[in-house]
Amino acid sequence: MSLVTVEGVTLSIGDTPVLNGVSLEIAPGEVLGLVGESGSGKSMTALSVLKLLPVGARVAGQIAFDGRDIIAASEREMVALRGDEIGMIFQEPMTALNPLMTIGDQVAETARIHTRVGRSEARALAKAMLERVGLPHDRIAHTRYPHELSGGQRQRVGIAMAVVLRPKLLIADEPTTALDVTTQAQILDLLRGLVRDEGMALMLITHDLAVVAGMADSIAVMDKGVVVERGTVLEVLQAPRNAYTKKLIAASTHVPVRQRGKQGGALLEVEGLCKDYALPRTSLFGPHETMRAVDHVSFTIKAGESVGLVGESGSGKSTLARAILGLETVTAGHVLLKGQAVHAAGRAAFATLRDMQMVFQDPYGSFDPRQKVGRLVAEPLHLLGSGAPKGAALEGRVDSALKAVGIEPGMADRYIHEFSGGQRQRIAIARALIIEPALIVLDEAVSAIDVSVRAQILDLLADLGDRLGHAYLFISHDLGVVRAITDRVLVMAGGKIVEAGPTADVLERPAHAYTKTLVAAAPRLAG
Amino acid sequence: MTRFLLCRTISLLASLLVASLVIFLVLEVLPGDPARFMLGLNTSPEALAALREQLGLTAPLPARYLGWLAGMAVGDFGISYTYRVPVADLIVERLWVSLPLALYALTLSTLIAIPVGVLAAANRNGLIDFSAMGLTQIGIALPNFWFAMLLVLAFAVNLRWFSSGGFPGWQDPGAAVRALTLPAIALALPQASILARVMRSSLIDTLDEDYVRTARAKGLTRGQALWRHALRNALIPVVTIMGLQFSFLLAGAIIIENVFYLPGLGRLAFQAISARDLIVVRSVVMILVFAVITITFLVDIAYALIDPRLRRRAP
Repeated sequence: MSLVTVEGVTLSIGDTPVLNGVSLEIAPGEVLGLVGESGSGKSMTALSVLKLLPVGARVAGQIAFDGRDIIAASEREMVALRGDEIGMIFQEPMTALNPLMTIGDQVAETARIHTRVGRSEARALAKAMLERVGLPHDRIAHTRYPHELSGGQRQRVGIAMAVVLRPKLLIADEPTTALDVTTQAQILDLLRGLVRDEGMALMLITHDLAVVAGMADSIAVMDKGVVVERGTVLEVLQAPRNAYTKKLIAASTHVPVRQRGKQGGALLEVEGLCKDYALPRTSLFGPHETMRAVDHVSFTIKAGESVGLVGESGSGKSTLARAILGLETVTAGHVLLKGQAVHAAGRAAFATLRDMQMVFQDPYGSFDPRQKVGRLVAEPLHLLGSGAPKGAALEGRVDSALKAVGIEPGMADRYIHEFSGGQRQRIAIARALIIEPALIVLDEAVSAIDVSVRAQILDLLADLGDRLGHAYLFISHDLGVVRAITDRVLVMAGGKIVEAGPTADVLERPAHAYTKTLVAAAPRLAG
Repeated sequence: MTRFLLCRTISLLASLLVASLVIFLVLEVLPGDPARFMLGLNTSPEALAALREQLGLTAPLPARYLGWLAGMAVGDFGISYTYRVPVADLIVERLWVSLPLALYALTLSTLIAIPVGVLAAANRNGLIDFSAMGLTQIGIALPNFWFAMLLVLAFAVNLRWFSSGGFPGWQDPGAAVRALTLPAIALALPQASILARVMRSSLIDTLDEDYVRTARAKGLTRGQALWRHALRNALIPVVTIMGLQFSFLLAGAIIIENVFYLPGLGRLAFQAISARDLIVVRSVVMILVFAVITITFLVDIAYALIDPRLRRRAP
């Protein structure tokens, strides 16, 4: 008999339908991967099982958990169920914990509200569970607050909170999406171990097919509020029947076609670059301690080349990118673009800026919401000074930049909130292209985008690179993306470049210990 | 936490020093001769010389500043020119009215505002929320002197529960509290209205936070999640506003003090300014600055008690 049965569930919030007849089953101890793109309804399906829906949500259909009717259950019955028999882990470890409560107390709270144990007994339960999830008290004191922990450690606290009472079902909503590759591997390991040891069923919600491939027994693929395909991992991934599933798998392993070997001479030369940050003073009149974020980094990018920069958060890759773009002063070393120094007299040299543009991770946050798209895209043209085009010439430049990324030029009069995530990232690329730079730096530019859109953006970037001949510096923690679109890769750890070489060589035969860990940790979908 | 307190205390003392210097310079140096200003146009040179001697204006500037500081440190603010009594006595007497009044009003406003704000946030967009926010809108819009006169009409003139004004002194604490009740209500109403709105919007923001959803997923009821997780996280803006309001109540109660004929600090400042008694003006301003900076210091400490993330280091 199955533990969870969801049968023909429909859900609408206000007038917007979210789920249109979802059906799935989870057996006791089974790991179900619930896969889909953003807006497909996978999180709402999970929240329906907990009956923890937003205000104004109307739900119909049948949901049974362990023989109990969830749809008909009273709030009192649901409160008793949540946290005790069904545990849930959320995506954002940074915000999912109460910042004002110690981690020990937060784990103990779950035990306190569901059982009649006293304060000290609940503490003991919490202590044991925190140790089980890899946070022993002697290393990470349980009287610490969430802000004193790293993202991975916070996610461990979130897991401890959800499983301290050994629920029959654990729901994990994108539990590793916000984490580094190696941290992701550790958290997935932990979840796998818990499920095996405690005999819990796990509903693993993710957009990443590679994660599901390594974790789940069965898969349910969701699209537009419906489960379009269900089956074992092997069935679904090896022989998908549904068209959408096929598309999703193809997009996940998509490698854009690029013409290689059109590289010129040295475009960007980074030589012995160092960047120190001042740390907060430890004593009132003591000296300022510094932290070296970038440590003697040297490399060259040739004209027309596509180079990847991989490393975990805190490895210094974003600082390096900002220093290259002249957004940061440097402590030592120099950056030359076309032989010209980017940092002249401590400030960024204006003349070199027009040859470099950047595309950021968050396409929405990097645009002014009150300016029309045409004006946003035209912005870099002011770097041309008095030579900037005006009037009809300006409009022509904007139109052709938008056309190059596949946006109708007629849409230049709209505001950024009227576009989808993928379109926004296209507009960000148009903004970078309009000034015809020699180098485009992309900082996690496709990380937040759904796989099918990501495949299109990668195609677009490859095509633009081939046609216009500019070079790319791809900063990413996603080895799949780097593998797909770069010629060469630089691996960064602790502020240093620890390994560099042709992408295929480095990722297939990593030499440095850190690269080996990184490659081993990255989940891969056998294509 | 000790380091935090040490840093905050040093910054408190530094702010006080800077403020005293500014007050000293503005009143003593900038407009010319304070003695001439205090005596007005038709005055004899002898009277001027005598006042200059009394004010200590014959001494060099740094010596005068240090002398003033040293005097204040031992509670000597000089002799009032108009009242002919030590300024310190004047101020202490007035503080015994203004400080209790401000605390009374702040307590009332907090006791009203927090429950109203929490109820409104918990029933967001419901009937309670709608009516509570409508009432606070009126509370902000009503001029408090007019509201004060309504209170006098209703409770002093018609019902005769309270006296309509004046202050009997603290010899009879019951009578003193009675005398301060109507003014405190008049002062508290607009403050409570603002505070309730801040409490509501801050709590609505925190109720949408991920950790509140986490708390619900752990099995807490809506009410438990609100009291145990959301409320404390929502307090920072509320404490900020309370600090600002207390500073205002201490010095800004002058209109209400006039309506109820209370001998408070605001009235003293007003009378001293009208009488050109610069010695009293300077001392009252210094006391108010001291109060505001101290309140800011206490608010900073309250932040640190509420939020462990703010304990680590002082700016």
